[in-house]
Amino acid sequence: MAEHIVSPHSHHHDDSHITSSKTIFGFWLYLMTDCILFATIFAAYIVLKHGTFGGPSAGEALNLRSSLNETLVLLVSSFVCGLAQVAALREDKRKTQAALILAFLLGGLFLWMLMNDLTLLVQGGNGWQRSAFLSAYFTLVGTHLMHIVAGLLWMVVLVLQILYRGLTIPTHRRLLCLRLFWHFLNIVWIFIFTIVYLWGSL
Amino acid sequence: MKTNLRSTKPHEWAELGTFKSYFFGFLLSCILTVLAYFIVANHVFTGTAIIVTTLACALVQMLVQFIYFLHLGKESAPRWNIIVFLFMLLVMVILVFGSLWIMHHLNYQMMLPEEMEMHMHTHEGI
Amino acid sequence: MFGNLTIDAFKHDAIENAAGLSMFLALFAIIALLFYYKRWTWLWKEWITSVDHKKIGVMYLVVSFVMLFKGIFDAVMIRAQQATSIGDSFGYLTATHFQQLFTAHGTTMIFFVGMGVVFGLINIILPLQIGARDVAFPFLNSLSFWLFASGALFIMVSLVVGNFSATGWVAYPPLSGIQYSPGVGVDYWLWSVQISGLGSLLSGINFMVTIFKMRCPGMTLMKMPIFVWSVLNSMILVVFAFPILTATIGMLSFDRLLGMHFFTSDFGGNPMMYINLIWAWGHPEVYILILPAFGVFSEVVSTFSKKRLFGYTSMVWALVAITFLSFIVWLHHFFTMGAGANVNAFFGIMTMLIAIPTGVKIFNWLFTNYEGRIQFTTPMLWFLGFVFIFTAGGMTGVLMSLAPADFQVHNSLFLVAHFHSMIIGGVVFGFFSGFTYWFPKITGFKLNERLGKYAFWFWIIGFVLAFFPLYALGLMGATRRLDHYEAGLGWTPLFIVAAIGAVFVSIGVGFQFLQIIWSIKHRKVNRDSTGDPWHGRTLEWATASPPPFYNFAFVPKVHERDAFWAMKQAEEQKAKQVHYKDIHMPKNTAAGFYIGALSFVFGFAMVWAIWWLAGISFLGMLICTIIRLSSDNTDYYVSAEEVKEIESTTSYRKGFTWQST
Repeated sequence: MAEHIVSPHSHHHDDSHITSSKTIFGFWLYLMTDCILFATIFAAYIVLKHGTFGGPSAGEALNLRSSLNETLVLLVSSFVCGLAQVAALREDKRKTQAALILAFLLGGLFLWMLMNDLTLLVQGGNGWQRSAFLSAYFTLVGTHLMHIVAGLLWMVVLVLQILYRGLTIPTHRRLLCLRLFWHFLNIVWIFIFTIVYLWGSL
Repeated sequence: MKTNLRSTKPHEWAELGTFKSYFFGFLLSCILTVLAYFIVANHVFTGTAIIVTTLACALVQMLVQFIYFLHLGKESAPRWNIIVFLFMLLVMVILVFGSLWIMHHLNYQMMLPEEMEMHMHTHEGI
Repeated sequence: MFGNLTIDAFKHDAIENAAGLSMFLALFAIIALLFYYKRWTWLWKEWITSVDHKKIGVMYLVVSFVMLFKGIFDAVMIRAQQATSIGDSFGYLTATHFQQLFTAHGTTMIFFVGMGVVFGLINIILPLQIGARDVAFPFLNSLSFWLFASGALFIMVSLVVGNFSATGWVAYPPLSGIQYSPGVGVDYWLWSVQISGLGSLLSGINFMVTIFKMRCPGMTLMKMPIFVWSVLNSMILVVFAFPILTATIGMLSFDRLLGMHFFTSDFGGNPMMYINLIWAWGHPEVYILILPAFGVFSEVVSTFSKKRLFGYTSMVWALVAITFLSFIVWLHHFFTMGAGANVNAFFGIMTMLIAIPTGVKIFNWLFTNYEGRIQFTTPMLWFLGFVFIFTAGGMTGVLMSLAPADFQVHNSLFLVAHFHSMIIGGVVFGFFSGFTYWFPKITGFKLNERLGKYAFWFWIIGFVLAFFPLYALGLMGATRRLDHYEAGLGWTPLFIVAAIGAVFVSIGVGFQFLQIIWSIKHRKVNRDSTGDPWHGRTLEWATASPPPFYNFAFVPKVHERDAFWAMKQAEEQKAKQVHYKDIHMPKNTAAGFYIGALSFVFGFAMVWAIWWLAGISFLGMLICTIIRLSSDNTDYYVSAEEVKEIESTTSYRKGFTWQST
């Protein structure tokens, strides 16, 4: 790519919707791969959940009440992220940022609550090294947690982008992808809540 | 900076949601979550029934969120998003249930003699 | 400061030292040449930071050729050991070294030759065949390549610093767990596969979006070339199977790094679960490799029979059927692990079924040949070699799909001969066919035919000599991966024949190397000035050889299959007064290279437990990614004047021009 005779961008705006269409479909495909990733870890969890090796089982180790609270917090965060989208569609920069910040705080709360639970387990001698069941539990929940952290980081970057650049077509696209990601994480958590916590306490 | 999003938004996401749809989806999801918790915490059912009902709550909530949060199914043709999603579900079912079936059989066949004694005692009434 | 990295990591035996030394010499030679010809800037601007799919494809091929050389060298060493290590003699390799050899051989060949040549060819040809100017995500394409290169580097570095894994290329636990493999070998393997696996996954997404969203107007799915269909199906497999690999070897990493118990034999772990999951990925993986090779043959057979491909629709359905079926056969890799008759029967039947659509494809190619005007060019010879070897190997596969039969030959040399027949007869021959076929498109000149034919004959005779004895050996009870066996079993003559076969194959590779050098030297004689040296049928032949960086000055409009053939028949050759337009192209970027390079540093640091370095490089990757993904300044427009200038100096078929859209 040596020096090219570059032409002005004025009449080229129609390419951005092609870019958005490809990017959103590509991101959707990535989410599908993430589903398979989680499915594999779920499969391992279900197979190994009885491998307690004398340590606590799911019913003994896990706090059902706490998990309900975490589920609801994440649900509200997901809803608020949807509100950010609505605000963005109305070209309301401030409401979009406010919704994103609120979703971030709620996500952070979820993170904090979950980390508390996990720390308690580790301090009680029931960390991921105790048994196959606990390894699988920590990995499943931990993978979800890492995705949440990535999402929170994404929210920060996006809020800054909207602050400095406004609601441009690229920032709209990134908000849409973030929203897809955040909703997807909520759906994965529903299954963690059901399969790990609800069924664990049976 | 006004961008007039409607004239340049991607074709697949024609309806990006209104407050009403998000709120409705949120409300339904809350109800389904609390319902599933209630069923388990209060032992409303037992055995298979409780597994089925809680799983149903989860699946319905997933569907609710797919429709009201992710707007699946609202894009114009070609509906690649749905097709890709359905194929993913198929692979997921094959992977998870296939693995469970295989591992169940492997674990049964590959038990140690002592484990087999215990298994026959507890599960097969011998 | 340096984690577990001590001076001991650099101590190796004589053979490893020689290998490491030759690697360094080659590297120094390349660096010296770059300095001498003052090509650093050129390398950086034209290749390292390029997001052009054609260049990225070529880079994939270059890395793959280097890895092919290493992989074949490993194979020759294995054959030499097995031909000499009988009875009182123990050959020339230690048991540990031998184990590292067959592990490195398998890992190299599957991940860095197989995947490399497949992605290389797809990169170069796919956008051209659908009338597109690049793939959907050019930066991601560059990143995928550099992650691939980073993965390959781990295997090379393990020759010099530390050791490679000695567990076999699939790394079964408990052997691959921290208790039984406490060294760095398995960690090298894990990071190599994990990092390159991420690159593969991103490419899978990239190519799928490209095919779904970037076909030129008029090219409906059922008008696409079959190569594109094969790529689509292969990438569907990539997208849905690679996450299984990521998760599974991730769990193995957690067992090793964090003391978890997924696959340990105690603490409630279950090693059989690893084997189950890894093959749930592993089976689709081999179909990922073979489907594009099938696609190549569809193109080659049709072109060199001067006939339309027979049974287009059934070819498409066969591909789809193979894709679906490849998800429900994986247990045939561990019939003997003990799941019982019911489970084995189900997977055995599914495995037999998958032979049917494969057979349909082979018959369709042969029917294309029938009553065609066949030209026995090198690509066609590779196809004929494939028919023989792949079909024979395929039939041994159907044999093994019967669980009772498999119990006799599982993990014997019979199995080894089977999968080499499929991968060499199928993937490698398919790649060589496609490489020779599309070489003029990439470079602008043809490869020397005579040397190509010599290479083919040495390869196929070498293959038969190297692997048919292994079928016999397997049936005689020879287990795979043996570094020594007793005298008096009657195995030795067969191992010697196999070793001779390996030598023949090496000569074949030598001829291919010679062919490339010779063809470059005599490129003016073999120049392709029309862009269409084989009288092709598909759109890539409508571009010049090599194509301008934007591929098509005008996006083609297509009306039927074999679009280019149709255009030629319709004689759209009147030179019109064409109005060139601005072309939207992506800018070059170093981000892919930086992230890839940092991924290598990160993996290396993790292998040797140099935590501070791991932390910094991870942070670096994160920052580069965020900066790149936040950038709004990634494209530019090539002005119409420049397009006109380039087109005026580009040579096409006489008088041929585009009907502008």
